[in-house]
Amino acid sequence: MSDTPAIELRKINKRFGPVHANKDIDLVVKKGSIHGIIGENGAGKSTLMSILYGFYQADDGDILVDGRKVTISDSKAAIGMGIGMVHQHFMLVDNFSVLENVVLGAEDSALLSGGINRARTELKRLEEEYELRVDPDALIQDLPVGLQQRVEILKALYRSAEVLILDEPTGVLTPAEADHLFKILEVLKNEGKTVLLITHKLREIMAATDTVSVMRRGEMVATRETANTSMEELAELMVGRSVLLRVDKKPAQPKAPVMEVENLTVTDSRGVQVVKDVSFNVRAGEIVGIAGVSGNGQSELLETLAGIRRATRGTLKINGETIDLGTSTLDAADMRAKNMGHVPEDRHRMGLINSFSEYENSILGYHRDPAYSRGLLMDLAAIKKNAVAEIEKYDIRPPNPMLKTANFSGGNQQKIVLAREIERDPEVLLVGQPTRGVDIGAIEFIHRRIVEMRDAGKGILLVSVELDEIRALSDRVLVMFDGKIVGERGGDAEEGELGLLMAGVEDNNKMAVEGGAR
Amino acid sequence: MSAGQLPRWVDYGLIPFLNLAAAFLVSGLVVVLIGENPLDAVQLLVWGSIGYGEGIGFTLFYATNFIFTGLAVAVAFHAGLFNIGGEGQAYIGGLGVAIACLALDHIVPWYITLPFAIIGSALMGAAWAFIPAWLQATRGSHVVITTIMFNFIASSLMVYLLNNALKKPGSMQPETRTFEDGGRLPFLNDVFPSFGFGYAPVNLSLFVALAACVLVWFLIWRTKLGFEIRSFGANATAAVYAGISPVRTIVITMLISGGLAGMMAINEIMGSQHRLLIDFVTGYGFVGIAVALMGRAHPVGIVLASILFGMLYQGGAELSFEMPNITRDMIIVIQGLVILFAGALEHMFRPAIIKLFTPSRALAEKEA
Amino acid sequence: MFEIVILTLDSTVRLSTPLLLACLAGLYSERSGVVDIGLEGKMLGAAFGAGAVAYMTGNAWIGLLAGMAVSIGLALIHGFASITNRGNQIVSGVAINFLAAGLTALLGQTWFRQGGRTPSLPEGGRFRDIVWPYAEELRDVPIIGGIYSELLSGHNILVYAAFVAVPLTWWVLFRTRFGLRLRAVGENPAAVDTAGISVTWLRYRAVIACGALCGVAGAYLSIAQSSGFIKDMTAGKGFIALAALIFAKWKPANAMLACLLFGFLDAVAIRMQGQKLPGIGEIPVQFFQALPYILTVILLAGFIGKAIPPKAAGIPYLKERS
Repeated sequence: MSDTPAIELRKINKRFGPVHANKDIDLVVKKGSIHGIIGENGAGKSTLMSILYGFYQADDGDILVDGRKVTISDSKAAIGMGIGMVHQHFMLVDNFSVLENVVLGAEDSALLSGGINRARTELKRLEEEYELRVDPDALIQDLPVGLQQRVEILKALYRSAEVLILDEPTGVLTPAEADHLFKILEVLKNEGKTVLLITHKLREIMAATDTVSVMRRGEMVATRETANTSMEELAELMVGRSVLLRVDKKPAQPKAPVMEVENLTVTDSRGVQVVKDVSFNVRAGEIVGIAGVSGNGQSELLETLAGIRRATRGTLKINGETIDLGTSTLDAADMRAKNMGHVPEDRHRMGLINSFSEYENSILGYHRDPAYSRGLLMDLAAIKKNAVAEIEKYDIRPPNPMLKTANFSGGNQQKIVLAREIERDPEVLLVGQPTRGVDIGAIEFIHRRIVEMRDAGKGILLVSVELDEIRALSDRVLVMFDGKIVGERGGDAEEGELGLLMAGVEDNNKMAVEGGAR
Repeated sequence: MSAGQLPRWVDYGLIPFLNLAAAFLVSGLVVVLIGENPLDAVQLLVWGSIGYGEGIGFTLFYATNFIFTGLAVAVAFHAGLFNIGGEGQAYIGGLGVAIACLALDHIVPWYITLPFAIIGSALMGAAWAFIPAWLQATRGSHVVITTIMFNFIASSLMVYLLNNALKKPGSMQPETRTFEDGGRLPFLNDVFPSFGFGYAPVNLSLFVALAACVLVWFLIWRTKLGFEIRSFGANATAAVYAGISPVRTIVITMLISGGLAGMMAINEIMGSQHRLLIDFVTGYGFVGIAVALMGRAHPVGIVLASILFGMLYQGGAELSFEMPNITRDMIIVIQGLVILFAGALEHMFRPAIIKLFTPSRALAEKEA
Repeated sequence: MFEIVILTLDSTVRLSTPLLLACLAGLYSERSGVVDIGLEGKMLGAAFGAGAVAYMTGNAWIGLLAGMAVSIGLALIHGFASITNRGNQIVSGVAINFLAAGLTALLGQTWFRQGGRTPSLPEGGRFRDIVWPYAEELRDVPIIGGIYSELLSGHNILVYAAFVAVPLTWWVLFRTRFGLRLRAVGENPAAVDTAGISVTWLRYRAVIACGALCGVAGAYLSIAQSSGFIKDMTAGKGFIALAALIFAKWKPANAMLACLLFGFLDAVAIRMQGQKLPGIGEIPVQFFQALPYILTVILLAGFIGKAIPPKAAGIPYLKERS
């Protein structure tokens, strides 16, 4: 057993337009080890792994597999070098059987029967060797998610993968399934395979890995032996000592709740519960921030409250009314009528229609308001006048309401959305990722506007993956992990403490973990 | 999206022009293949369609049909829907016109019958679009397939009706009796003799078509409903965010679309044939697709494209007299090529144009 | 009575054949994710090509190849627009239909000057009926004789080919590597891409297979069922084949049954013309003509079970940032 690392990356760089996704990445992965890569969303982990798997080509840098410098031009080449990937979003054909999925691309011959038989025998062997039990003739769509993932692993092993990359594997698994997965990884390691585990969950890193590398904002910031580090240290490295955005604000003077959420449960189209029995409230004159790594249910929570997504069950009290969310058919227009504004997380997909002009976007969602209408027609004069006023008040540049919003910078686009929602003077404002892709100057402006709203006695629910933002703005912080609210802190909470909660470490202090075990 | 951004005139002028030029170039090659001279053919085509009064009259007559069916397809396009059912909707629209005319033609003058004919044709056309619309909105059934099916069902239905219930008593022809004066629109040649339209059947419904253009423009770009339609077509997710109901938008859009297609029947039935007969739509519903694509789904573009296709139809007829080798089927070939280049291949020239207009430095950073 | 049944079934087989071939053609294309409403145009183009070349060469087989070539050519245009240019597949199909309709009529008139049709085929230019051994002798045997000599025997080779194509297609789709990959790329092209297989090349092959089968369908019309090409001779059969494909829920065996059903309706419609049924009177022939389309709409509405198309059908494949 030589000391040659299974995988070595030297100075890997990758850009997507102006975004520098991977910056001078160095990585050494020892053979026969389980190596974790941890980082927040946008840290660049998935891009790096895609380069290793041949999906993308690095702009520069070297990749060494087993000590030899290689070029991985496509997935086929990666497979040929013994690199197998278990994707976060499974690459499976739902109406095929397990065998058919395993054999796809590695059929051996033009006629299927030979390949299928070989696969059946091989799967049996793999099943015994790695305890990867699955019914080879079952259809993927009939299998629970945990077993589907097993098929992904089997696919890689069937192609004689020596290096297995798992990208956020436990996102869709129950705790029990996750534990079983780690047992499997142990077995693989003992058989001499190398495992790269990409995750944002600290607990998993500590439980399953031998070595861990931390990525932040496109850079590899540290590598540690797992035995020699702690969750606290990793959390700090993950979240970073970046410049704290200070927002001058008076202490909050919250009054009565303007929004109360009780027992909210939301199930997605795959039948997975993404929001699990969540309860909280937002009071007039306060900013409640929901912290958490992206993908833990915050987006679905926001969409449900805004009327865009249906809940499985739950109650919402707003505007003096009580709404049963499980049976409600209220849509976004209805929620707006209840004095709720919504700055969505993804302004491109949802908040703006980028092929429309600025003034048309300024009334998106409010186009039926009598103030902008003349009978059946839209009152363009009134709309433009309002747009110009908003442009001036929010310093939107270029100050041209006729320009398509696609031509505005990210910061100005966000200001357009913000202006639209804030100027309606709602009682409750839902805000998601308000400064994503926004330049520093606009960030400060946007933050000040949000605080102004709060000081005017409105209730604001803020969702952001930027912990700095949450800490700068919130009067109260709720942390979401795995669909539940796992902790509540004041706005002055330590970032390390929040980081731990965000990464799924159980709250030992005050608030008990919401909801029961799955 | 900096590296892919093109100036407005390129997006709305140059690229469509290139697409059209490609279509006509290939058409010219087909003409060469048949052994004729494309330049002579073009000359004959232009002269035959706008070189003399009667030719212009025919061109405008055809254009009237295309304006209606083009508007129908365009309105649906704005909502992101593809209404291929214009053919059937126009056919059934004829039923509405016929009912109005047969009921009123001997009682009242044409200008009283006309509003009823308009309402009748629009209602029938819309009714024919309703089921496909409803199925798409509520059950996700693909509106393209259902409207194709409904085209065929319309054909069968109309042949049946015209051979039975509606047939002129004592005749073998599958058509209704001829309308009397109260069911006939005046020919433009009678109203404006100075233009010299001769025997061309261009009639008053041309003005109905133009009025429809104006109304459609107001609808799409000036009303709240139009805002919702455009929003839904541009970004369905943002539309839901804005509280726009997908079901309502799909159904209303298709009803309007079907109604516009149905109104095409006014030009043919009340304006020209003066009776309801089988197969009067003869593919004009499909031309509407080409016209809407060429006209970029805007009423001004549609009028221009309709005139162009009107020229093709009339000029093509003239051409087939002078050059018998180039039959009227040539127009269908051109139509197919326009749909191909202005529709399916509309982005084919984009990469090359982008290269021309963007400095090479910026190209290196293209988003993956 | 039995005689009538046998004759109707015999007609059914002949009428179903072009539908079946076109339906199987569409199956390959749509299963790979490329929606194809241009079956009509390809059939028409093939019919013309076959009719023209069979006349000129006096050889039906060369005519068949010519028909297939035309159809494959049109299919490649559709492929170029849909796969390489990621264009709107519906629009492309509509364009193909117009191109075929226009070009066949135009070239037909220009080259042959017979009003858009090709001249009658000479000896050898048409596929002849194949009579099975002892068909004449067995004709009078009760039941089996009728089935043997009328229903089974006496069709041309393309009819037999069409029905053989059904189990063949099943075998290709479900027992070969190509079929597995083709079905996969219509459900989850990303899965195929990450397995190192070219999505583009797979889809092009599917589209070419579609063209080939439409070629046979069109050739059947002009040089087997009839003796030459007539303008617009497909008369909507391509759309009925599309309806049959949806009705069959994109499965080969179902496709055969669906096409037989629609062919049967066609045969019955012809036979029923002028006949009066007790209690109902005369059923208009248009009803039978419309029935396949009505049934398809009912199916699409989800009332006869769900018609779930291949998941990736109609969506151009774009490599996404994972």
